[in-house]
Amino acid sequence: MKNRLKVLRAERDWTQAQLASELDVSRQTVNAIEKGKFDPSLPLAFKAARLFGLSIEDIFQDEADIQTRLRID
Amino acid sequence: MSTLNSDSGGWAARHKKNVVLLGFWTGAWVVTLAVAVFGSLLVWSDSKVLTSIAILVNVAAGAGMIVANKNHLRGLDEMQQKIQLDAMALALGVALVAGLAYSTSDITNLIGFDAEFSHLVFLICLTYGVGIIFGRRKYQ
Repeated sequence: MKNRLKVLRAERDWTQAQLASELDVSRQTVNAIEKGKFDPSLPLAFKAARLFGLSIEDIFQDEADIQTRLRID
Repeated sequence: MSTLNSDSGGWAARHKKNVVLLGFWTGAWVVTLAVAVFGSLLVWSDSKVLTSIAILVNVAAGAGMIVANKNHLRGLDEMQQKIQLDAMALALGVALVAGLAYSTSDITNLIGFDAEFSHLVFLICLTYGVGIIFGRRKYQ
């Protein structure tokens, strides 16, 4: 699963530690999510969406879904 | 720049407190175990009452350690819980398979010494530690 967490965080000039504190997780977990190595649970994804004022789909994208859209386009 | 109004005493502070408590209870369990073993061997060798008390205190400290470990695990975030679960699954599986193979080797006299439970505990600790290291590296 791909995500825009790193970009959204950078736009707001937040550190990984600050974002981790807001999401109530460790900095290592934020790092793993940003790198796409760990997929967050639905409650954590909702929490991130609320924090950035976006929908879950605006932050997290399923790679299979991206491939399908590319084929349609 | 958007500002965050995060409280610094959130997850990290709770995690630190849980780790300190787990360290305290684990230390208490190890010390009381040493007192029970070496006390009965070297200090009060004839007193079954003192040995019984020492073992009861050790079991009580062990119960505290179990509760502290449960609280520590529940306080971890979801990725850390997954790392712990994978490591514990590995340790449990290896302990079951290797432990029974070790015991069978003893029963059938394949090995020339008695199978010691402490060897199994050491193997569990080793496997769990390796599982944690690999889990952390996987998500780095």
